Amino acid sequence: MKRRLFLKAAASSSVLPISLNGMSLRTFGKESFFSVLGKRANVSDRVLVIIQMNGGNDGLNMVIPIDQYSNLSRARTNILIDQKKVLALNGTNKTGLHPKMTGLQNMFNNGLVNTLQAVGYPQPNFSHFRATDIWNSASDSDKVVTTGWMGRYLDKRFVNYPKDYPNTTMPDPVAIQIGSMVPLSFMGPNVSMGMAISDPASFYNLLDGNTGGSLNTPSEIELAYIRELTQQTNQYAAVVKTAAGKGKNLSNKYVNGNGLCDQLKIVAKLISGGLKTPVYMVNIGGFDTHSNQTDSADTSIGTHATLMQKLSEGIAAFQDDLKLLGASDRVVGMTFSEFGRRVQSNASGGTDHGAAAPLFVFGEAVQPGIIGNNPTIPNTTTVNDNVPMQNDFRQIYASILQDWFEVPSNDVKALLNNQDFNTLPIFKSNAASIEDFADMVTQIQISQIYPNPTSDFIHLKFGSDGGGMLSISVFDPLGNRVIYVEPKVYGIGEFTEVLDLRGLRKGNYFVQLSSPKHQVTEHFMVY
Amino acid sequence: MDRREFLSFKKTSLQEDFGKPKIERRTTTGLAKYSGTWTKQEAAHLLRRTLFGPKLSEINAFSKKTVSEAVDSLLDTTNYVFNPPVNNYQNQTADAAVPYGTTWVNAPLNVALEPNRKNSVKAWFWSLPAKQSTSIMEKMILFWHNHMPTQMQDTPVASLCYTYVKVLNDYALGNYKTLLKQMTVDPSMLYFLNGRLNTKKAPDENYGRELQELFTLGKGPNSKYTEDDVKAAARVLTGFSINFTTTPFSTSFSSANHDTTDKTFSSFYNNTKITGRTGVFAGSLELDDLLTMILSVDEVSKYICRKLYRYFVYFDIDSNAETNVIEPLAKIFRDNNYEIKPVLKALLESEHFYDSWNRACVIKDPLTHQAGFVRQFEMPFPTSTDYEANYQVYGLGSYFGQITQMNLGDPPSVSGWEAWYQLPLYHRIWLNSDSLPKRNQFQDYLMLYGHKVKNFTFMVDPWKISNQFINPKDADAFIQEASEFLLALPLSTSQISNLKEILLPGGIPNYNWSDEYRAALDTGDPNHVNSLATATSKMRNLFKSIMNLSEYQLS
Repeated sequence: MKRRLFLKAAASSSVLPISLNGMSLRTFGKESFFSVLGKRANVSDRVLVIIQMNGGNDGLNMVIPIDQYSNLSRARTNILIDQKKVLALNGTNKTGLHPKMTGLQNMFNNGLVNTLQAVGYPQPNFSHFRATDIWNSASDSDKVVTTGWMGRYLDKRFVNYPKDYPNTTMPDPVAIQIGSMVPLSFMGPNVSMGMAISDPASFYNLLDGNTGGSLNTPSEIELAYIRELTQQTNQYAAVVKTAAGKGKNLSNKYVNGNGLCDQLKIVAKLISGGLKTPVYMVNIGGFDTHSNQTDSADTSIGTHATLMQKLSEGIAAFQDDLKLLGASDRVVGMTFSEFGRRVQSNASGGTDHGAAAPLFVFGEAVQPGIIGNNPTIPNTTTVNDNVPMQNDFRQIYASILQDWFEVPSNDVKALLNNQDFNTLPIFKSNAASIEDFADMVTQIQISQIYPNPTSDFIHLKFGSDGGGMLSISVFDPLGNRVIYVEPKVYGIGEFTEVLDLRGLRKGNYFVQLSSPKHQVTEHFMVY
Repeated sequence: MDRREFLSFKKTSLQEDFGKPKIERRTTTGLAKYSGTWTKQEAAHLLRRTLFGPKLSEINAFSKKTVSEAVDSLLDTTNYVFNPPVNNYQNQTADAAVPYGTTWVNAPLNVALEPNRKNSVKAWFWSLPAKQSTSIMEKMILFWHNHMPTQMQDTPVASLCYTYVKVLNDYALGNYKTLLKQMTVDPSMLYFLNGRLNTKKAPDENYGRELQELFTLGKGPNSKYTEDDVKAAARVLTGFSINFTTTPFSTSFSSANHDTTDKTFSSFYNNTKITGRTGVFAGSLELDDLLTMILSVDEVSKYICRKLYRYFVYFDIDSNAETNVIEPLAKIFRDNNYEIKPVLKALLESEHFYDSWNRACVIKDPLTHQAGFVRQFEMPFPTSTDYEANYQVYGLGSYFGQITQMNLGDPPSVSGWEAWYQLPLYHRIWLNSDSLPKRNQFQDYLMLYGHKVKNFTFMVDPWKISNQFINPKDADAFIQEASEFLLALPLSTSQISNLKEILLPGGIPNYNWSDEYRAALDTGDPNHVNSLATATSKMRNLFKSIMNLSEYQLS
């Protein structure tokens, strides 16, 4: 949609009682759309910080679908958080945050967070390793891709890396992973684009400027010699050390004992120290909460609550620091976990490996709000029920590449394994995003599914107020896409499609209607 | 590395700093036979120092022997096989005299083929340690190659490069005096140190000097031979040259060029007089006398034992080591008529060798690093009849040696490699800001990417190793076994938890790795294909990361 059309649509929104994914348009507030155009940092100065939450995060207890509480309370009796404790978000009464996420709540209410609902991919994989590889490589579920999405982007941006690097234009590492090993997401076509930290201990020593270790035996002396040499020979050691020396942390919100805070603190320090590195990755582990994910007496505290708190504290402190350091206009962050968890909790007070889950993109550049709807929780659930995806994670990658790093859309396709993924309105102040947003003003809905429950066919009644391309997917309880009706052009008004469900196993299914920018999901049962 | 490049290498202040002795060594152990515990750790220590990259199966087998059985087994050459280099170049340049895959070392000189044969012998030399049997032979070949070097690039023909290595192989574990004699008249040595030009009319002192200064006595305070001794030794050696008419070329002796007068030596040698001889055996007989005279000086045995100590134990010889190890070891050497095996046996069975003080403190030389890597991972080579591909793989190893300071076959000078003699840095010279990253590149390259040769990819198969682990399905056990296999010293808790992040990111429970490993091995498992890819990649990354640790550079 062209800009002019958008303006028209936006103007008309005041008269149409439509809301955007549960949020009224007002919440986008004064700063939206135009005022920030041209205000952002140069594209070459922009930074992406990826926060990986290892283990598979229980998204239903993070971004909580308040309007599903009655069904949720049946599905996860032993871990459900008291509805009164759920943190409210401005502009919606349907969706809230985990009680320990006050930092993120404030950021959301200050327009610094874009929350994406039910992010996943068709045919979810439930292995930590495989799912992590899928996220990092941006591959389809059934394809093995040995390069990472960021690695491919960086390889394209920094031509002839590592041969011609470092150089005067790019004297700094092109990607840094704080912590353990360089992840698959940084793997380029030929070489890893991440700064090679051959000895993680020596990286911290480098930042601290010490060598460590005693020098009492020949072995210790020789080892110390090699370790110090290792530091010196890292081609980026000097620039990283200089940046760490020059850089500062100004926020007092970082919390001791929070490992994510420690890592993000280093990132803020390196950014403020002048490092031109465009991509950082940090980690927080422990999300594989198969048992006792909450305190049995108080479900708002416990293992998962602590993780939620650490995540929220870390992001909030980091954002505060960036603001104080004057770098907040050029940094955005995103969280992700390799999968969400099951709808139903298990008998050990935990949740098992699941499918789609929400994630956050944060920073001054993001379009605040929630993209997507609350997941629909069935009236009765089985152990295998999953949250079906609404947003493909590669749409988020596409949006970051196109709207944050300003990669041309043809190149975005190439970087995402030659597949087209529509961008989402995650970022503001970008023409593409505004068009996306305008497109979202077009309302689509599923008005009826009958018969429901069914044993063979359903009639799906649906429509849109603007017309356009629509596709239909059916997801099984595990989150697998079992039926796909290719996109077709529909006019304005209501239409009916008949879906053949013969051969499907009994259980809860989800039917999803998708326009290029928007999805709605409804639940039905096969008996 | 050519000599010019070598000279451009600059010592860093870091190397100097660490070169200064920071500790008084505090062990007084000597040559008494080791009687402590004998576990995989001791077996691995012995094998790391005496082999290029001990295999897991070797460490396991040796841990079940006694210390004497272990050492005897390494010294036993009964089943040792030595195969010469072959025609690997047929597809580039056809050799009418030598069929593809057969050896060219006895073939007539063919000037057009010389560059191919030189490449062949260089690559082949590198393959010996990479494909060695469980024998100390290859380590001793390198020891003597460093001790009595020639340079292949300066050797006129490829076949003489081969005969030089053959001499090292024939005598590396034999009698030192015989080795000296054979090497003195080796055509390659006669070429390298000008022995072929040494005649009674124009004596050339080069070899006569190096024989004493480098090959037998050294330059220490107790080595007091004189300039006249150098001249006299040179006269003893007159008349030897190279016969370029035989196939292959051979040593020749011209009695006409031999100085037949008596040679008298200084008081350092008890004023020994070597009687001038005539006839075709004159040179050989006088050389025997010369070596007998030199070896009558006790300093020779000490000098060699110190070099062996620096090679097998540690570069720093303190007064304890001199008194308790070098001196008794030198006596064993002399008492055994300069047989090499008894010396090695005594050293490698000694309590000093297994002293915790002497473990994990030797910086690997480049050949031990690279051939050792290839060998310890039991890397599959191209099919054995594809000589071209096999030699390309050897050539890769040889190349990496060259760019990390060890051009095998071409030591930088007659003194051998600096890292084995240059005070005060010694083995730290191997590692600098250029060579250390290249070592890591070598490891990463063969672990993660592989080297493509024709239709073959020379690459580590991690399953070859993990299949030998006792409990590879357990992530903790896997890391423990892998690091004990690859490293000579234990890791810290934080290093281990960093490594565990590779197998089990984010603290997910151990069964995730167990399931993945099991499914990877089970072709009937529905997740087999994915699990195989994931487990393989994780193992590669784990091995890579262990080897990226500084500890991997220590033996």
